[in-house]
Amino acid sequence: MAEYETHDLDVVVIGAGGAGLRAAIEASAQGARTGLVCKSLLGKAHTVMAEGGIAASLGNVYPDDNWKVHFRDTMRGGKFLNNWRMAQIHAQESPERVLELEEWGALFDRTPDGRILQRDFGGHRFARLAHVGDRTGLEMIRTLQHHSVHQGIEVFMECTITRLLITDGHVAGALGYWRESGRFVIFRCKAAILATGGVGKAYKVTTNSWEGTGDGHALALWAGADLIDMEFLQFHPTGMVWPPSVRGLLVTESVRGDGGALRNSEGRRFMFDYIPELYRAETADTEEEADRWYTDRTSARRTPDLLPRDEVARAINTEVKAGRGSPHGGVFLDIASRRDPDYIKRRLPSMYHQFKELADVDITAEPMEIGPTCHYFMGGVRVEADTAASTVPGLYAAGETAGGMHGANRLGGNSLSDLLVFGRRAGLAAAQHALGRPRAAEIDAAQVEAATTHALAPFGREEGENPYAIQQDLQDCMQRLVGIIRREDELKEAQQELAALKERAKRVKVEGHRQYNPGWHLALDLDALLTLSECLTMGALQRTESRGGHTRDDYPKADDELGKVNMVIRRREDELSIEAEPLSQMPDDLKALLEDPH
Amino acid sequence: MPDVTMQVWRGDAGGGALEEYQVHAEEGEVVLDVIHRLQAGQANDLAVRWNCKAGKCGSCSAEINGKPRLMCMTRMNIFEPGEAVTVAPVRTFPIVRDLVTDVSYNFEMAKRVPAFAPKPREPDGTYRMSQEDVERLQEFHKCIECFMCQDVCHVIRDHEDNKANYAGPRMFIRYAELEMHPLDTVDRRPLLRGQAGLSYCNITKCCTEVCPESIHITDNAIIPLKERVVDSYYDPVAWLGRKIRRRGRRKATG
Amino acid sequence: MSTVQETTATPVVIDGVRGGPPVRTLRRDRWWVGPVLVVLGLSAFAAFSTWAAFRGNNYYVGPSMGRDYLSPLYSPCIAQICQYKNDAIVGSWWTWSPAILVLVFPLGFRLTCYYYRRAYYRSFWWAPPACAVADARPRYTGESRFPLIIQNVHRYFFYFALIFAGILTWDAIAAFRFPGGIGVALGTLVLVVNAVLIWGYTLGCHSCRHFCGGNLNSFSKAPIRHWLWRRLSILNGRHMFWAWASLIWVALADLYIWLIAIGAFHDPRFI
Repeated sequence: MAEYETHDLDVVVIGAGGAGLRAAIEASAQGARTGLVCKSLLGKAHTVMAEGGIAASLGNVYPDDNWKVHFRDTMRGGKFLNNWRMAQIHAQESPERVLELEEWGALFDRTPDGRILQRDFGGHRFARLAHVGDRTGLEMIRTLQHHSVHQGIEVFMECTITRLLITDGHVAGALGYWRESGRFVIFRCKAAILATGGVGKAYKVTTNSWEGTGDGHALALWAGADLIDMEFLQFHPTGMVWPPSVRGLLVTESVRGDGGALRNSEGRRFMFDYIPELYRAETADTEEEADRWYTDRTSARRTPDLLPRDEVARAINTEVKAGRGSPHGGVFLDIASRRDPDYIKRRLPSMYHQFKELADVDITAEPMEIGPTCHYFMGGVRVEADTAASTVPGLYAAGETAGGMHGANRLGGNSLSDLLVFGRRAGLAAAQHALGRPRAAEIDAAQVEAATTHALAPFGREEGENPYAIQQDLQDCMQRLVGIIRREDELKEAQQELAALKERAKRVKVEGHRQYNPGWHLALDLDALLTLSECLTMGALQRTESRGGHTRDDYPKADDELGKVNMVIRRREDELSIEAEPLSQMPDDLKALLEDPH
Repeated sequence: MPDVTMQVWRGDAGGGALEEYQVHAEEGEVVLDVIHRLQAGQANDLAVRWNCKAGKCGSCSAEINGKPRLMCMTRMNIFEPGEAVTVAPVRTFPIVRDLVTDVSYNFEMAKRVPAFAPKPREPDGTYRMSQEDVERLQEFHKCIECFMCQDVCHVIRDHEDNKANYAGPRMFIRYAELEMHPLDTVDRRPLLRGQAGLSYCNITKCCTEVCPESIHITDNAIIPLKERVVDSYYDPVAWLGRKIRRRGRRKATG
Repeated sequence: MSTVQETTATPVVIDGVRGGPPVRTLRRDRWWVGPVLVVLGLSAFAAFSTWAAFRGNNYYVGPSMGRDYLSPLYSPCIAQICQYKNDAIVGSWWTWSPAILVLVFPLGFRLTCYYYRRAYYRSFWWAPPACAVADARPRYTGESRFPLIIQNVHRYFFYFALIFAGILTWDAIAAFRFPGGIGVALGTLVLVVNAVLIWGYTLGCHSCRHFCGGNLNSFSKAPIRHWLWRRLSILNGRHMFWAWASLIWVALADLYIWLIAIGAFHDPRFI
């Protein structure tokens, strides 16, 4: 084997967002020699984009709140497809994780008596989100980052992992390259934690940054781990649509929470036409009642503008397709005519700034143009609830990379808490596993050689494909054919296009040399992007029902039988397979919690 | 919008120069969009660091027409039509390649900041702080670590040797948020006076001018820190006051 | 409380090769306008105030002219040779202009003021002349050693500035005194505006903001100081405006009184 820079660690954490940082802190605290590897600089991960807050039943605003109610809300939001044990652990442990964050220096907004203030959000029965204005994610990542600095964690920035090295079925290390120099590096380890976030970059219109290429999902799959629920993809209903440069950029749900209303090109508040049966009893059916709800929660019912994200996203999609969209292919979100300018600027400072700076739109004077944008993958690596362990020994996954916690649809605010709770659990279990092993497994030189040869191949080609063109075509394909509303024929068409793209990707060619070469980096990211797009399409085709973040035009109803299974994707001998496997049985005492208390 | 002329610095530690490109630009675009188009077409290997493209992560700092700015928040329509737009890497940090620099200086300085050390929790396991206590510090927590304040600070921009003992504006707001934290128990003033190099700052406020989050770095962090250092080192009245109070206490207890 | 003197100094990269064109600045806007204006403004004031301070006469308009105006550059007038009153502290041995005795305090206050420091470091010292424009000198130690370490005495000048603001307020009140009783003339207004501007500048001082609440960590435990701090912070945010306005006005006030005193202008009385 050629000589490569090699680091010996007990635990290597891949990804330095909320989950990765929390995992590294915990692993290090357990005494494991821990390395944290991230594609970007430390503190730039996508967690900074989170706005709303961290869901935790602290009960500071409503003392009636407790983990049981949070558990119930999470399961209902996930259409009962969640891993019940994960939902339980999450609800039970998130309050302590939030307090711990405060102990590490986070400054949450306060209640009048000096406790952590909590805010209302969709799907949560009580005001539950600990928050800092509209930049909670930044606060969280910065707090974890500052705390981690003094924990003896080795941080490897701007380093991309391309393969997990497996020896005798156990994790032996990870192979990556330094973005700066292009040189390969090996992290020999006894356990690895995947915390790389989602796969949003498979879509053209997305809230995700370039990093969301599904590295962790792909690394796990290639290492032999199971993926579940890949078909469940959350489209956030409100992303910017104009100018094209910022298409997909998130517009927070709080705009509607603070009085904003959705309108089509005819000026009609169309959400009243899309109230599903399930929510009819608790949703206002006149504009008068909906507007009254903002100030009067006893006699008025909730505005349909605040239906769950999947419902709103679908409705917008339908309106645009019916030709009632805005000039740039979205619909209007109007708060200007409904609230006074001072109120808007006070409540939504970053939204005001964002539209003013990037779109020349003054949201206090004119409506915003918005449309659905790819936001979050509910599916991911199948893990054991208590330990975050994947099906491959020594491999763990946490955060958006792990599946199961959110079922078919995630509630706002449950993501940041998920990162903390399962980041810590993964770090704990991985460290214990690593410390229990006398030495790391030997690295298989053949695997390293195969991976490095593959990675360098694009430089050797005289003729070939432009990686940027392939990524654009991939995003276009997914956006067009595997979007919010799916159909069998379109999904099959997508599979064909993906197969063609995979062939093209084999001929990808990059210019220049290995030192900080973004064209090459993208060429390498394509492997994961294409694999995950394939998985997503496969799951979408297999799940012949509509549920949460998966809507089939040809199967518009939920199917009770399919509500009892996960779609499990595996890769064996270079072939992907998919199988429906039953959910684990929920104990009766938890089942009882799901009953509506009213 | 017609094509625009971009002068982008290409090169590495071995040298480089501004190279001129004609790039297509569309309505509503920002500098980063144009750089991306360049990358996808004429210059596949153009190195540029970016992440969120929404002004929230602070990765895409560069010097545009000589001023430190975030590429993702600089609209193309602020430039005169026909004007060439110069994009150069931030000046203060060692070059890696093209628009990417080695910003490890900032991470090293962050390691030197003594950690937050809170008082014990209240008996009920929580902390109490009121909104007015945290508000002042929340301004500092808005920092997205774009390091443009570090870049523009002439103390290190123009005087390389000062880097060894100067924390820089970004770290000063970090020190400020810890020093002013109602729960913190560590006194970092001796460190600020010494190793962190607070007195090297001559409050010329360029850090505040370039901050994309509009944090009042100089007025709300650096000057208050300087005043706190004066409290403990340069104020004979305060020194005398402390002396007397200590003696008074000793008498009272003794 | 634990005190940290030093931390383990992790090494930083020194003398790395920098990117970008090796020029003083890539800025193409007129960055030099600001420094030029500051140089002109401060030089003009320096020239005027030197003349005014060494003038030694016509700084007071007394009862003989039916007014009671003292130039702010000469207040408080504490030498025996003063043209008015007899609350002299300094005896007849002082024969120079009485302004020189007192001007050192307001001058020191402004010289060590955080705003003026910024202004003259940039425009006179060129450290730096403007943001992202290189310093004029190769070596730089900031305010870390003598003599610039003396800037730390700013708060003592602030204490004196408070006293001066009080005296100038008294002078403004005195300007309402007319031989026949109370009245208002243009000169009265000039001195009232002067006092207001001086207060605005003095209270907006960074040191003042620090004493009044900035040095606290828990505002909730000191609501009055927190209230004060919030008000002063607003003033402090416009410190540059107050610094220039009060500086220019002081000069104008002196000029105005001089003009009346030499009989070049008749001070119109309104009430």
